[in-house]
Amino acid sequence: MSDQEDDIILSELNDEDLVAQMFDDLYDGLKEEIVEAVNLLLGRDWAPYRVLTEALVGGMTIVGNDFRDGILFVPEVLLAANAMKGGMAILKPLLIATGAPRVGKMVIGTVKGDIHDIGKNLVGMMMEGAGFEVVDLGINNSVDSYLDAIEREGPDILGMSALLTTTMPYMKVVIDTLIEKGMREDYTVLVGGAPLNEEFGKAIGADAYCRDAAVAVETAKEFMARKHNRMAANA
Amino acid sequence: MSQPSPMITDEQLSAEGLELRNHGQVLLIACGALAREILALTKANGWTHMDLQCLPAIFHNAPEKITPAVKAMIERSRAEYAEIFVVYADCGTGGQLQRLCDDMGVSMIAGPHCYSFFEGNAGFEAREELTCFYLTDFLVRQFDAFFWRPMGLDRHPKLLDMYFGNYTTLVYQAQIQDPALEAKAEECARRMGLTYQYRFTSYGDLAVALTSLAD
Repeated sequence: MSDQEDDIILSELNDEDLVAQMFDDLYDGLKEEIVEAVNLLLGRDWAPYRVLTEALVGGMTIVGNDFRDGILFVPEVLLAANAMKGGMAILKPLLIATGAPRVGKMVIGTVKGDIHDIGKNLVGMMMEGAGFEVVDLGINNSVDSYLDAIEREGPDILGMSALLTTTMPYMKVVIDTLIEKGMREDYTVLVGGAPLNEEFGKAIGADAYCRDAAVAVETAKEFMARKHNRMAANA
Repeated sequence: MSQPSPMITDEQLSAEGLELRNHGQVLLIACGALAREILALTKANGWTHMDLQCLPAIFHNAPEKITPAVKAMIERSRAEYAEIFVVYADCGTGGQLQRLCDDMGVSMIAGPHCYSFFEGNAGFEAREELTCFYLTDFLVRQFDAFFWRPMGLDRHPKLLDMYFGNYTTLVYQAQIQDPALEAKAEECARRMGLTYQYRFTSYGDLAVALTSLAD
């Protein structure tokens, strides 16, 4: 998308053109350019939340749509994610310091026996971009690891990810344990990973199966809206 | 079974698959990545009653294509054969392939992946190796076509850590003893930044499963 990259001096662009250029740079996975542009916008008195939502999330939405439509593939999405990560590293402490709105909180990790975290990392980053606080438990999580994190962090959403057919049944072990402990209804459980499907999600008692990071964000927002509606109705 | 054409290439097995039908009684519907191993076993054992139909091996990178393709092949072939045997492990289908085989009354080889049944499923499971990346003979030969290029590592080497940062070891499971393949596998490990381990497995549970069809 950015054939004339060498000719563009980001600091000379007005805000509108700079954001449009950031969309291109995210699409092309240019981390250094994204970092520079984020700093430029902050220097122009943009609130961190505005940089996040209008520039980074706006750009990643295009990436997500093109991935869904088969125009972009995993390597390009990872490069874009890596570029966004560079921007998020600057914004994250500022978002906290400025009390940016928080949509909800999610604890996420790959299940026991599974070290494949690309999908989990993408979901975590996109959720942060959508205004969720994300607690990343990393890889190879046991039931105890999930339960400890849930009790410690008090999330709205538990996310579990698996790439292997041999590890995905462990999601049911975690959900069954939540049921046994009478905690299942306190959390929205979202599951994802290449070998999963909607049928599996239902069979193990998850609230939803999310086929990619963009769907995970939309699903999480939907469940948060339902939760708020329930709380409002009960108030 | 009729003998394979000497011209069959890994590229063909990857993209097109292979059809070797000679009015046998048993049809093996297999992954193209297993073609050479199956042919070696049928030839060595004189299993002339087995025909082979391989689907494109590149489905390894798109497991969602495996179950519908196997289903279509069973439907196309079942009237012609006394028995059909599916030589795919689960291969990332999330149990869908097993359910299909159960629904259609067809047997399939057990295991999560070929690298599990080549070692022997029981032994493979017992190892509990979370951080190993496995290559078979076919996957060593096709390393660039199946991993390096589709993952974009030829163009974007910085992605290596995102893909393989949690792995420690590349295990080459050899079906045949071939010093050239060993050298290539070791080179693959070096490129991925992983330690290298060699295991000669021969055909493992694949031989067991096909032998049971010969009885």
